[in-house]
Amino acid sequence: MRDVAIISFAQSVSARESERNEVEFLMPVVREAIAASGIERSEIGFTCSGSSDFLQGQPFAFVMALDAVGAWPPIRESHVEQDGAWALYEAWVKIQTGEVESALVYGFGKGASGDLGEILALSLDPYCVTPLWPHADSIAALQARAWIEAGRGTERSLAEITSRSRRAARSNPHAIVSGDETPDELLARPYVASPLRAHDCAANGDGASAVVLAAGDLARSVCSRPAWIRGIDHRVDPASLGVRDLTRAPSAELAGLRAGVGRDRIDVAELYAPYAHQEAILRQALGLPETTNVNPSGGALCGHVMMSCGLQRIGEVARRILSGTADRGVGHATHGPALQQNLVCVLEGE
Amino acid sequence: MADPVKSIVTPIRLEYDYTPGRATSRFLRGIARHCILGQECPKCHKVYVPPRGSCPACAVPTEREVEVRDTGTVVTFSIIRVPSENIHFELPYAAISVLLDGAGIPFFHVVQDIPLDQVRMGLRVRARWVATEALAPTIASIECFVPSGEPDAPWESFREHS
Repeated sequence: MRDVAIISFAQSVSARESERNEVEFLMPVVREAIAASGIERSEIGFTCSGSSDFLQGQPFAFVMALDAVGAWPPIRESHVEQDGAWALYEAWVKIQTGEVESALVYGFGKGASGDLGEILALSLDPYCVTPLWPHADSIAALQARAWIEAGRGTERSLAEITSRSRRAARSNPHAIVSGDETPDELLARPYVASPLRAHDCAANGDGASAVVLAAGDLARSVCSRPAWIRGIDHRVDPASLGVRDLTRAPSAELAGLRAGVGRDRIDVAELYAPYAHQEAILRQALGLPETTNVNPSGGALCGHVMMSCGLQRIGEVARRILSGTADRGVGHATHGPALQQNLVCVLEGE
Repeated sequence: MADPVKSIVTPIRLEYDYTPGRATSRFLRGIARHCILGQECPKCHKVYVPPRGSCPACAVPTEREVEVRDTGTVVTFSIIRVPSENIHFELPYAAISVLLDGAGIPFFHVVQDIPLDQVRMGLRVRARWVATEALAPTIASIECFVPSGEPDAPWESFREHS
């Protein structure tokens, strides 16, 4: 395997991009990531993006987004209808083939242009589930209820996760929401879909993120402390909610195992958990000990950009390794209903 | 065996709050006051009309606003013979790609007031606007293009776009 590292990361998140179109808010992020990488735009070997046209309600919106990158003279480019974390995986594979030495990866989304919870219903079984239009929060609530009934946690556990996340988000300039409420204060608020309250569900917004990847010697030559990808894996559970044990995330367990999460201590973990109970499920799936600092950014609960959030989780870990505040960490991304698909990326500094 | 289920009906309706973006919003507001605004790339100096806020070739934001003229040159065309929802032109009609004077890229519209067999590359046209009181922030404020009567533009002047 070739050594591949994240050498730069940039992000932009807001509750609502009411003026700028995707290109207008993506371009500064891409430019910032490229400038910080120390590699010229024209020298980057591959470009891969993650987005969904359903969020914009516009066909081929992902092609228009290339205006932010500069695709002339023609570039090697690809796109996944997935979170940018999966675009990162494709770019990592591309570098593994030896065809390229570096890659630009970005993810972007306007989750606030429509009702994200309804748009996501279109990703369900089109015959028997989508016609019922289950809201994403409702599906997550079914999972949270099963999790509580199985004795894995309580509503207070949810409040504790949310309280800790909102406090952590106070020091994150990219957070959409933050707060210093105690669990008791949060428990006094009304349900959205019981047992979930509004603060237990991700704060959706608009935004983008970008990272630059580079292989071994190139990464070392442009970056004093690259965030090396020591393991990366993604797995999928069945799409049908009825055939899964919703209180677990077997695909996250397997991806974590294959990525080598447990091989050494993990200083920091950024878990893409758009609902509070999912953080607990993922923490268990990845076998993270109490000593691991989980979601120091506040996580998806405090700022959720659909199609970018997973790449941001990996980027948040990379950022801490690049700056030397962490040595080994794990970034996680999810997609699909109730943690159906999971990607785990283990990063390490030298 | 029972008859197979050959189709199901599942109505889908999603509402979006669409944002054209800052650059295109300025363009549309310009149209509402009889003015066609493009944006110039600070690197390659190409003028984008309508602007989307960036130069896709240079990957830099375009900020300098440039007013272009409402006259231009047909760089390519097609005779449309199939009806389409929301199109009010009588069939058949000529859809054109028109390079406005001062613009660096052509955009699409329709040419009228000319026999279809005379529509040609190089034809000089000008915009026919709706009545001043009907001007609004929409490309439909330009009803169509019509021949301007000027001599045809030489091929060299638009070869990059045809």
